[in-house]
Amino acid sequence: MAIDMSQFYQVFFEEAAEHLASIENLLVSMDVDAPDAEDLNALFRAAHSIKGSSGTFGFSDMTEVTHVMETLLDMVRKQEKPLTSDIIDACLEAGDVLRNLLAAHMGEEQADAEAAEAVSRRLQALCEQDSSASDAAAADSKAAAGPAASRYEIRFRPDEASRQRSETVDNLVEELARLGHVTHFDRASAADDGRCRIVLESSQPREAFEAIIDFVAESGSVDVRAIAGEVADDASGEEAAGADDEAYGFFGPVPGQAPAEEEAYGLFAEEPPTAVVAAGEEEVSADGSFGLFAAPAAKASRADDEAPDGSYGLFAPTEPRAQAPAAEVAPAPGGVGKSVPAAGAKVAAAGQKKAAVARGGGDSSIRVSVEKVDQMINLVGELVITQAMLTQSAEGLDPVVYERLMNGLVQLERNTRDLQESVMSIRMLPISVVFSRFPRVVRDVSKKLGKHVELKTIGEGTELDKGLVERISDPLTHLIRNSLDHGIESPERRRAAGKAETGTITLKAYHQSGNIVIEVGDDGAGLNREKILSKARERGLETSESMSDSEVWQLIFEPGFSTADQVTDVSGRGVGMDVVKRNIASMGGRVDIDSMGGVGTRMTVRLPLTLAILDGMSVGVGDETYIIPLNYVVESLQPGPNMMRSVSGVDSLIQVRGEYLPVISLREYFDVSDACTDWRKGIMVILEADGTKIALFVDQLIGQHQVVIKSLEANYRRVSGISGATIMGDGRVALILDAAALVGQSRKALAAAA
Amino acid sequence: MQLGSEAVANDDSHRELEQEFLTFTLGPEEYAIDILKVQEIRGYDTVTAIANAPKFIKGVINLRGTIVPIVDLRIKFGIGEVEYTPFTVVIILNLAERVVGVVVDSVSDVIGMTPEQIRPAPNFSSQVGAAFIRGLGTVDERMLIVVDIERLMLAPEMALIDEAAA
Repeated sequence: MAIDMSQFYQVFFEEAAEHLASIENLLVSMDVDAPDAEDLNALFRAAHSIKGSSGTFGFSDMTEVTHVMETLLDMVRKQEKPLTSDIIDACLEAGDVLRNLLAAHMGEEQADAEAAEAVSRRLQALCEQDSSASDAAAADSKAAAGPAASRYEIRFRPDEASRQRSETVDNLVEELARLGHVTHFDRASAADDGRCRIVLESSQPREAFEAIIDFVAESGSVDVRAIAGEVADDASGEEAAGADDEAYGFFGPVPGQAPAEEEAYGLFAEEPPTAVVAAGEEEVSADGSFGLFAAPAAKASRADDEAPDGSYGLFAPTEPRAQAPAAEVAPAPGGVGKSVPAAGAKVAAAGQKKAAVARGGGDSSIRVSVEKVDQMINLVGELVITQAMLTQSAEGLDPVVYERLMNGLVQLERNTRDLQESVMSIRMLPISVVFSRFPRVVRDVSKKLGKHVELKTIGEGTELDKGLVERISDPLTHLIRNSLDHGIESPERRRAAGKAETGTITLKAYHQSGNIVIEVGDDGAGLNREKILSKARERGLETSESMSDSEVWQLIFEPGFSTADQVTDVSGRGVGMDVVKRNIASMGGRVDIDSMGGVGTRMTVRLPLTLAILDGMSVGVGDETYIIPLNYVVESLQPGPNMMRSVSGVDSLIQVRGEYLPVISLREYFDVSDACTDWRKGIMVILEADGTKIALFVDQLIGQHQVVIKSLEANYRRVSGISGATIMGDGRVALILDAAALVGQSRKALAAAA
Repeated sequence: MQLGSEAVANDDSHRELEQEFLTFTLGPEEYAIDILKVQEIRGYDTVTAIANAPKFIKGVINLRGTIVPIVDLRIKFGIGEVEYTPFTVVIILNLAERVVGVVVDSVSDVIGMTPEQIRPAPNFSSQVGAAFIRGLGTVDERMLIVVDIERLMLAPEMALIDEAAA
């Protein structure tokens, strides 16, 4: 059977890489002073998953590192050890080591066994480190809790594998016994729908054993609840649980294990961060009655022995599903639900929201190879052409006679468009995939440089093509490192300049007219014009004092150009910026720089969305048809007799509502014969790109289509003013205009004339 | 034995060394190109003109979803009558992962020639650069100009590929 494992390696590699990425994100975003319990759990789970699966596949080096890491994280999670930045650093390092090991298993890198051992030792040391303060605190809280280990009733349905091997359940019980005292154990009673029932007395928070149960239980079948009254005997406990169960059933199915964490989460959200710690501590001391920290009033109500079912009525007016988590809160402390219904309802709402998110983001994705998706995109492209062809052929038919055919064609068009959109969206990924790696970069580099830097990201949801996501990551990393090293000043210099010591790097992404724009901005010193010019002269580049700022800034993209006074291992060797520019240019994009001395620098990367399909307006010039990308088109108008102007040097301008726009005649530009030359007989299409407008003179507007972009370069060459070609409904080829280039060209022409 | 077979060019024992060529005419001249470079032969269809391209590049066509440039060799070499009729023929070539169409006067046939049948061409100045002519082939009474079509089409002067790539 061993041979079969290798076919799952790829899945393991992908999953492990994802887990590592999420570990890193969680660690970097973690607030050392007030860690979020949910995050700590997520961190633990990720480490645990890597450990588990690497063990399964026999990658024992990874298992060893993750094992120590998991132990440490578990201690932090259970609040046996306070979270320190030391721990975070060590875990980040461990993450890097794991990544290296993973790469080694994938055959990409050399495994660094020494580093693995070193990081294991470091983690181990942290585990063993005697943090007296936290121990004292833990002891305190234990003392406060006293004998008050609370009682939980755990019900779950064992999963397929565990059902067949009875010892897994036994092992579970053993494991649970370590956390507390197992008072009752019922193996898969037929009366209870084949569920196991375990009653556990423990002072541990319920997440501690929920995580364990998850391994043997069928997903969603776990149901853990606190049983009211720690002194109550078994029978009454069961009674309470029974009542609880009844109510539970009434509210409809809710995934069992979710609410416990969620209700706590909901509460934390309501409290300021400092209170979170308090609440978290209470979690240990408050004998597991989660409802307790819903409000201080709850403490008093603990004495209230009233049966929990009485409180349900309070929630009745709300929507049933929203009530479920609240119901979970209510039974534990007895009357809490009753005494603080408002708080309960809030918790319910928050819990509900979180639960919805969790459910939505569950295992609802599949892995598909990119080739398959691309093949699908190509096929849909062909389908769009065929559909356009059909529509065109049907144009000559009598709509009365062929009414059904016409309706069918309309339907086909709509379906094709929908299909196309959804297929295209498969390849689109949010840019957060790229952005998420930068907090780590900023953290590491700023630490190394002794600078205080905060990273702000805006527009993480902006989507772009998967192919671009992979390729944009490196150039952006370069730009950010550059900003960190050269842009942001040292804290002292910032203070001297009257700025806040902490610098800010802003990453911003948005869509603009068919492009995705990514800005990397810093509030640092800005570029130094004189320094760049003198360096450029040193390197023998062509310079002049009269160069505009933006031209000077472009000099930093020259190969080997660096103004850094000293070469650091972060940057300054002058490799990088030219690579950045080249990489971005190869994706059909470009980089612009804005900078102001003392205020900051902003690098703007513009990339096409590289959709294989675009919305276009087809225009006729003579016998030829051209496609203008619709997102550049502002308006179309028929020039009036007095709208045309001429200025020295520029042939023609058109006055549109007070604005003078340069006119490009496509007939002249593409040298088309027998096209309309009379301004008044044609149409002006106003295009806008990069904030500049021009008017394009064409013979006629033909229509609006979705066109499939075909490369002209595959078999031919680049043609200026043309960005590609497409196939029209009649099978002919139409060229797609490169609107941005046309606008850019006319801007240059204007500048030359002025 | 070997000497004998070399003397007799069309001997059966030499079949495996024989290469097949597609022959076509441009005006009075007959050309031969390696048949393995030919993808298909089709009639001339309307092309979409490309601006600022040399005169001999007629434009591009849609070949089952692929955009293919069309070169009129008659214009390029300045021979033959440049007119487009329903009988005008386009040879679609497959060269170095590129697809290019060439317009010729007419396609004649496919013939086999051994390397011995192809004689080096004498130095002469022609529209077709000497560098692209592999030699002159003689089959019966016909003289064929054997062209290295791949080299010719990918040459910078054909303006079919970007200067950077050339």
